[in-house]
Amino acid sequence: MEETLMDIDLKDKEEYIVNMGPQHPSTHGVLRFETCLQGEKVKYIIPHCGYIHRGIEKMCEKLTYPQLLHLTDRMDYLSAHINNEAVSLCVENAMGIEVSDRVKYIRTIFAELTRIASHQLWWSAFGMDLGALTTFFYGLRDREKILDIFEETTGTRLIQSFITPGGLMADVHPNFQRRIKEFITYFRKKLPEYDQLLTGNIIFRERTKGIGVMSKELAIDYGVTGPSGRGSGFHCDIRKIAPYSAYPFVKFNEIIFPEGDTYARYLVRMKEMWESLNVLEQLVDNIPQGQIMLELKAIKAPKGEYYQRVETARGELGVYIVSDGGPSPARMKFRTPNFSNLFIINKIASGHKIADLVAISGSLDLVIPDIDR
Amino acid sequence: MQTEQLTSLITALVPDQKPGISKQYPEFIIPADKVNSLARELKNNNETLMDYLFCLTAVDRKDGFHVVYHMTSSVFRHTLVLRVVLADKVNPSVPTVSDVWRAAEWYEREVFDLFGIRFENHPNLKRMFLDDDWVGYPLRKDYKDSFTLER
Repeated sequence: MEETLMDIDLKDKEEYIVNMGPQHPSTHGVLRFETCLQGEKVKYIIPHCGYIHRGIEKMCEKLTYPQLLHLTDRMDYLSAHINNEAVSLCVENAMGIEVSDRVKYIRTIFAELTRIASHQLWWSAFGMDLGALTTFFYGLRDREKILDIFEETTGTRLIQSFITPGGLMADVHPNFQRRIKEFITYFRKKLPEYDQLLTGNIIFRERTKGIGVMSKELAIDYGVTGPSGRGSGFHCDIRKIAPYSAYPFVKFNEIIFPEGDTYARYLVRMKEMWESLNVLEQLVDNIPQGQIMLELKAIKAPKGEYYQRVETARGELGVYIVSDGGPSPARMKFRTPNFSNLFIINKIASGHKIADLVAISGSLDLVIPDIDR
Repeated sequence: MQTEQLTSLITALVPDQKPGISKQYPEFIIPADKVNSLARELKNNNETLMDYLFCLTAVDRKDGFHVVYHMTSSVFRHTLVLRVVLADKVNPSVPTVSDVWRAAEWYEREVFDLFGIRFENHPNLKRMFLDDDWVGYPLRKDYKDSFTLER
């Protein structure tokens, strides 16, 4: 249990409190770390959240399922497609319907593109957190290619609301497959540049190796999932544990690094981009023909309780629907990955320097609206 | 562990358990005072090893507040749901499980913030998203404030 502000002996002049955030570039959003410092050393951190709490779960109770879908984009805006997919799968499971293979393939392609785009942005921002500005230009240059693919099919770039209960909003653009194949070839050439620029950099390695070590037991106990959990050796990839959509049809590796430090979490994401490219390559040429949207009279979940787990770019997203049989849920709960990933920070960053806190919080890849909902 | 084995194990520990609502996962409704000891047993028992609590939340139903625990084992991969029904809607309270799974500490704070359910022996039970002086608990069905848009 952390100490609170009141417990601190203010007579001890060596210790002082610094608030990092809510407006701080390295928190990547409105999050406040109340850090107690002893010189340059972090004694403990209390995260304060709620600055962007919009009450999404309460709003969902008043909206129908196709309407509330649009709110889920606004949780983890870098995993918008995957959030949509989670809600759609949960509603479809509740209704006992199954979408066509075509829809499954397209959903998975979008999910993997989202994962790459998200990791690209994380890599850009992570380099910048550590003072390497060039990464931001490289990362965003390549992310643009994915956003263009999204834009061509869905009409929007960041929050698409494209995957809906029953299928997809529309069929894909005729250029879709060609552009993805171009992207795969392009990005396979560009990814080694990322390694040359940052991974092999001696300053970067010194800043990340052995910093913020999280053991596997700690990761499980705190519920840290996604690349952050897998960097500690925790097998938590839902795509492997409980495959959904087109994941049963593809072969890919779950990236695990046992070290648990910032560098391991970094490597997991770098390797995951390669794996996502492999998944895309297996799917893109084999999209079967089929119905894009099921013809449904009404989208209503029967009375009961349903839970769906999916793997977003940041970890395990759970959608829990309690339904009374009406067109809107009686209770909707989102178990978001960032919420669970955040609170480990006091445990792993205490004792390090304040500059390392920036590296550690960057390596956890937090998206704040996903914490507050 | 199969559902039948889990049922017999939980029946041995908590004789007055009732089968739950969910059809997706094995689910048990247990009395509030047993939740901490059962959670500890399920986590430490070598046959269950429920070490990963992936969701803890509450639901406002007609018969009271339901506190729902979704847990799984990182070793065996079996999933289990526990449910506690708190019939007292004015002062609902349930023992904490944050000493069993650390993740629960913040899930419970969130539930306290939005439902007003007190978790006994919780180390730091205070509001998480809303201001400390916020009146009421928004996710309760009878919650009303001047901002709520009625349809």
